[in-house]
Amino acid sequence: MQSMLRLGMMGVASTLLVGAASFARAETLTIATVNNPDMVVMQKLSPDFTKETGIKLNWVVLPENTLRQRVTTDIATHAGSFDIVTIGTYEAPLWAKAGWLDRVGDLGPAYDMDDLFPTVRNALSYNGALYAVPFYAESSMTYYRKDLFAKAGITMPAQPTYAQIASYADKITDKAHGIYGICLRGLPGWGENFAYLTTLVNTFGGAWFNMSWEPQLTSPAWEKAISFYVDLLRRDGPPNATSNGFTENLALFSTGKCGIWIDATVAAGTLFNPKTSSVANEVGVAPAPIAVTPNGSHWLWAWSLSIPTTSRHEAAAKKFLAWATSKAYIHLVAQSEGWVAVPPGTRMSTYENPDYLRAAPFAPLVAASIKSADVEHPTAMKVPYIGVQYVDIPEFEGIGTTVGQDVAAALAGRVSVAAALQNAQNSTRRTMEDASYIR
Amino acid sequence: MRNRTGSVLFGAIAWAAALGMAFPIIWMLITAFKTEAQAIAIPPLLIFRPVLTSFQTATSGTAYLSFAINSVVVSVGSTVLATLIAFPAAYAMAFRPGRHTQDLLVWMLSTKMLPPVGALIPIYIIFRDAGLLDTRTGLVIVDTLMNLPLVIWMLYSFFKDIPHEILEAARVDGVGTRQQMIHLLLPLASPGIASTALLAIILSWNEAFWSINLTSAHAGTLAAYIARFSAPEGLFWAQLSAASVLTVAPILVFGSLTQRRLVRGLTFGAVK
Amino acid sequence: MSTASAPASVSIAPDRSRVRRARRAGALLLAPSVLLLAIWSIVPLLMTLWYSLEHYNLMSPGRVFFVGLRNYAFLFSDSSLRSAIENSVTLVASVLILSVVLGTVFALLLNNEFPGRNVARLLAISPFFIMPPVAALIWKNLLLDPLNGFIGWLLSLAGLPPVAWFTRFPMLSLIIIIAWEWIPFATLILLTALQSLDSEQIEAARMDGAGPLSRLRYIVLPHLGRPAAIVVMMETIFLLSVFAEILTTTAGGPGDATTTLTFLVYIRALLNFNIGGASAAGVLAIVLANIVAFFLMRAVARSLNR
Repeated sequence: MQSMLRLGMMGVASTLLVGAASFARAETLTIATVNNPDMVVMQKLSPDFTKETGIKLNWVVLPENTLRQRVTTDIATHAGSFDIVTIGTYEAPLWAKAGWLDRVGDLGPAYDMDDLFPTVRNALSYNGALYAVPFYAESSMTYYRKDLFAKAGITMPAQPTYAQIASYADKITDKAHGIYGICLRGLPGWGENFAYLTTLVNTFGGAWFNMSWEPQLTSPAWEKAISFYVDLLRRDGPPNATSNGFTENLALFSTGKCGIWIDATVAAGTLFNPKTSSVANEVGVAPAPIAVTPNGSHWLWAWSLSIPTTSRHEAAAKKFLAWATSKAYIHLVAQSEGWVAVPPGTRMSTYENPDYLRAAPFAPLVAASIKSADVEHPTAMKVPYIGVQYVDIPEFEGIGTTVGQDVAAALAGRVSVAAALQNAQNSTRRTMEDASYIR
Repeated sequence: MRNRTGSVLFGAIAWAAALGMAFPIIWMLITAFKTEAQAIAIPPLLIFRPVLTSFQTATSGTAYLSFAINSVVVSVGSTVLATLIAFPAAYAMAFRPGRHTQDLLVWMLSTKMLPPVGALIPIYIIFRDAGLLDTRTGLVIVDTLMNLPLVIWMLYSFFKDIPHEILEAARVDGVGTRQQMIHLLLPLASPGIASTALLAIILSWNEAFWSINLTSAHAGTLAAYIARFSAPEGLFWAQLSAASVLTVAPILVFGSLTQRRLVRGLTFGAVK
Repeated sequence: MSTASAPASVSIAPDRSRVRRARRAGALLLAPSVLLLAIWSIVPLLMTLWYSLEHYNLMSPGRVFFVGLRNYAFLFSDSSLRSAIENSVTLVASVLILSVVLGTVFALLLNNEFPGRNVARLLAISPFFIMPPVAALIWKNLLLDPLNGFIGWLLSLAGLPPVAWFTRFPMLSLIIIIAWEWIPFATLILLTALQSLDSEQIEAARMDGAGPLSRLRYIVLPHLGRPAAIVVMMETIFLLSVFAEILTTTAGGPGDATTTLTFLVYIRALLNFNIGGASAAGVLAIVLANIVAFFLMRAVARSLNR
């Protein structure tokens, strides 16, 4: 009798305990993120995560630059407002170095770390440890209008050079009918026009700094690259080029106004979709052009999730990280949105999936581009920094944007290319001196 | 008779000016009912079948309503608070000016001269320690302090328009200060107070810097809501328009209600 | 005034203690505002001053140390400082002129009786309801976009080529957008002031034979002197700290064509995360703004005190 009672009481007690534990597990995570389509889908599907684990999610969605500044302010002052933050390959090594991020290499055996693209994993690591998990990655490639090329009798080679691209753009430009041979980013910003221009400078053989951290902006490679860019856009580009970033050029190309566009691989999803692009059947893709060297000709960027050390819900946050970047999540997106909308560039298994390859004919080129974009070897010569389309130092946001403004001024015809580069060189030098990289 | 044609002409010009100023907003309202493809069409589409998809996109997955409520609470709260504090101050400066009134006015204005971005870190640290981060209370405090100089200046200006003999006479008759303010000044200056309150509410409603930087999960206002639409990827004109309409609709409704107070004009005739 | 029946003895000799009591009461009424504003402005100001003397980069918050006036030296040797100040002055002056002039015109127009006046008033004031970043985006994309914007289409109807507004006329474009936002502010204040204009005075003047133009010149415009002064003072403060519109459209460029002093502070603070440098620029901004306010105050003091 007594043992039955004791058993019964133990049963009740353990039920209460389990109940209390699951009640305690009703935690809430605050996630700071950007407003891109893949993130929008993630928010849409996150009720699945809450159903599985009981963890609730609060989303704070901001534009990229605002997000970066907001999160930096919060972490630097140890205020602890966020449990998960969306960062890129630029911030990951920097913030890891500053001790702001938790290590996330331990997400369980089912996660399959080796399935992540090695270049992407590498870009999100510091001192060999992983500090952020990628939820989408991209490189850059060339988009072009097959119909315009056919009309002009041009065939796109397997690996175009910039000289070829320039001649193609000249042939197909028809400003009277609103066709601009080439559209390129012109909006000033380290992540806007200079993301593209750094790759251009790289492939023309240039670099941002030499091994002694001296800026190289007046080197012959820079002169050639920027002059090429300014001349080409003036000849064959749309009128408001200095206001056109990724978004504006995407709108231009998808409404049929551009003949060639060199930009992010993620644009393919929009351009190939007849619902969002009036030229969906005429788009062709090719690798990003090269000039003197293939190094750094196409960029590498990954938006990833990481956990600030100031978070008080580390375990729960890790659960979300694992869920949102797992193979299961990719299948979940495929079921709900279709294969063409799955987050690209993170897992190699996605690119071996026949359903995906069928829905996204551009996929093999994207995979090849991401595999060959190496943050540790972005230039022809040896350099003291990592990063393909950026330099991974805290000062680069300011430097890249200021130089971006200088080049925009040259593109707008307000100054010559030489003068613009001299200004850029001077201001960059000043910043590097002020930050004690050089005396 | 010449007056009639004159006023018809001026009425027409007034309407032209009003429509000209409001055109971008009207265009935005129209665009909110288009699809993305229609939004960027040239020539611009005036006839089209309106759809609600952009509104759907603008509200899906976001807690629009909670942002809106936060905006209302913070705007109204800070305006009420600022008006309560400013009213006696403006009264004192308008009707009992001292030697330093002018200097005081300028000094109050100067408190707004520090670019907010320069004060971000100090304020952030103070709020962190006071537990005010991500709270509506914190935002109400910030907005009150930001608007206080404006409210004082404007109330001061409208109070100066009221002939001080009225208040002088009341004081001589033994009416206390508080009663003067409540029973005389308030009704006399009500259009001015209404304008001031309207402007303060709008400024607080549109205030984006602190609203974004001092909030995260709970206290975000519509300024934080619209931020996510300001740099999306892909085509976004219709989405942006829809989100903007949702952001400005409540305050526009409120504004139209207050307009009637402004129209009523002053009741000077009765007093004189 | 019918209340002139007050006993004369009270109002003849100013009673010293009464005046003192009145002054103290006045001070008491002012106290809350002054105290709050003092705390609000002094604490961040002191902290900003302190930071401006330190090397403090957000990215390395552990490495903070005193550097004296080095941030200021760096600031003043920056070649973009002068153009930043020039741009600030250009922007503020242009928008001020546009908003006071057009604000007065609109206020006069909207003060008359005409059908649908309430709706017209609301429409004329509506731009002020729009959030600055939204206003900038609407203008940049829906209206001024050279290929797909409404104004671009109007220009093409007139046979003109597409104009790249933010590339060729960055400052002008910004002035248009910001003036559009702030003219309603001036309109509202001036319109409200017009309503307090004594209609008897105007009637008397009309009966004396004064035409509409001289009524305007001698009665209406002087009456608008004070509210116009208020508008100028307030708008100056707001316009000096304009930021969102620049960020959304030109980001300060091309080059530094539209970088104002405020935007320079932003670049340093939040792009470079150089809090020390940003604080120095902030202190400079405050000093300059105070100088501007001082001179402005001198110029409008007469209207304010009428």
